[in-house]
Amino acid sequence: MGLLDLFRKNQKSSASVAKERLQILVAHERSARDNTPSYLPRLKEDLLKVIRRYVDIEPDQVQVTLDSDGNQEFLELNIALPEDR
Amino acid sequence: MARTIVITSGKGGVGKTTTSAAIAMGLAQRGNRTAVIDFDVGLRNLDLVMGCERRVVYDFVNVITGEATLNQALIRDKRCDDLYILPASQTRDKEALTQEGVGKVLDEMGKTFDYIVCDSPAGIEHGATMAMYFADDAIVVTNPEVSSVRDSDRMLGILASKSRRAENAEDPIREYLLLTRYSPERVERGEMLGVDDVQEILSLDLLGVIPESPDVLDASNKGAPIILNEQSDAGQAYTDVISRYLGDDVPHRFLDARKKGLFGRLFGG
Ligand SMILES: Nc1ncnc2c1ncn2[C@@H]1O[C@H](COP(=O)(O)OP(=O)(O)OP(=O)(O)O)[C@@H](O)[C@H]1O
Ligand SMILES: [Mg+2]
Repeated sequence: MGLLDLFRKNQKSSASVAKERLQILVAHERSARDNTPSYLPRLKEDLLKVIRRYVDIEPDQVQVTLDSDGNQEFLELNIALPEDR
Repeated sequence: MARTIVITSGKGGVGKTTTSAAIAMGLAQRGNRTAVIDFDVGLRNLDLVMGCERRVVYDFVNVITGEATLNQALIRDKRCDDLYILPASQTRDKEALTQEGVGKVLDEMGKTFDYIVCDSPAGIEHGATMAMYFADDAIVVTNPEVSSVRDSDRMLGILASKSRRAENAEDPIREYLLLTRYSPERVERGEMLGVDDVQEILSLDLLGVIPESPDVLDASNKGAPIILNEQSDAGQAYTDVISRYLGDDVPHRFLDARKKGLFGRLFGG
């Protein structure tokens, strides 16, 4: 701690501000990542039923995932149709 | 069976290529047959940092498409017999690295190498996800700076969900934190996040702390991985990283600011 630092002493250091901001942000982003909604498997099952009315596909050809990009959440639906329909 | 290590970060320019070169050289110096692969399609740079840019004939994509064999494309390091480099392709087609193709090449390399180090490009696009998909271990290179820390956490999420180990429900990828470009002086002045802060935020195993050092630029100028510079703080810190990775319990060095004289202490700054 130098003499000049004494004048800045009352201010919080920028590193501790950074740490606080990151702790809040990372906690938020992790919970968004981990909290995949519990309805996702049932949604997938229902979708599969509907699609099967039209095409014959296997369960593993339907992928339902939830992604978030900061403040927006995306429901991603990926259906691989069989080649000879 | 080789162990595949991805060097990743999300954010660009944090020191992934520097780290890939140092770690590959360090592992090979200890007698491990090691290959280092540049996944940065279109922006080949590992060859320069390794000092073998004039010996590149074939690249990673040539091997995937069958235009060259693995043996034709691998460049043997002139300083260390156990080290080989597989350069990135300069093609502008980012999708040239197919998952199937990458998997096949890694499988073939797995038969003869002990370690395969994958230098990931920045970002979360195709090249970065390919570099991490087949990994057993991930070294997350992070600078003590807000956007780098946040991006590292983002990569942890991707490692946990979009890898072969995750998809096959195998043991998860082992993740390690490597903090680079660290300035103890600035941490002491409260201008830079400290190693404890970053570790607390990310809660990862700390593999090492590499100090900010002018020797790193000097090393890349010469094409000699920084770990070869035994006089350098940064080189020594990378040597410790290798020991820790291989299971030795080595204390962390270079975490404290060098002691200043009375004048420096009085006027701080
Ligand atoms: N410990 C260090 N001290 C000083 N400079 C460093 C250190 N580590 C890396 N650098 C410098 O930072 C710059 C970026 O390093 P490098 O190319 O390894 O990053 P990268 O993560 O591979 O970048 P990219 O995301 O573009 O692939 C280089 O100029 C390098 O010399
Ligand atoms: Mg790089």
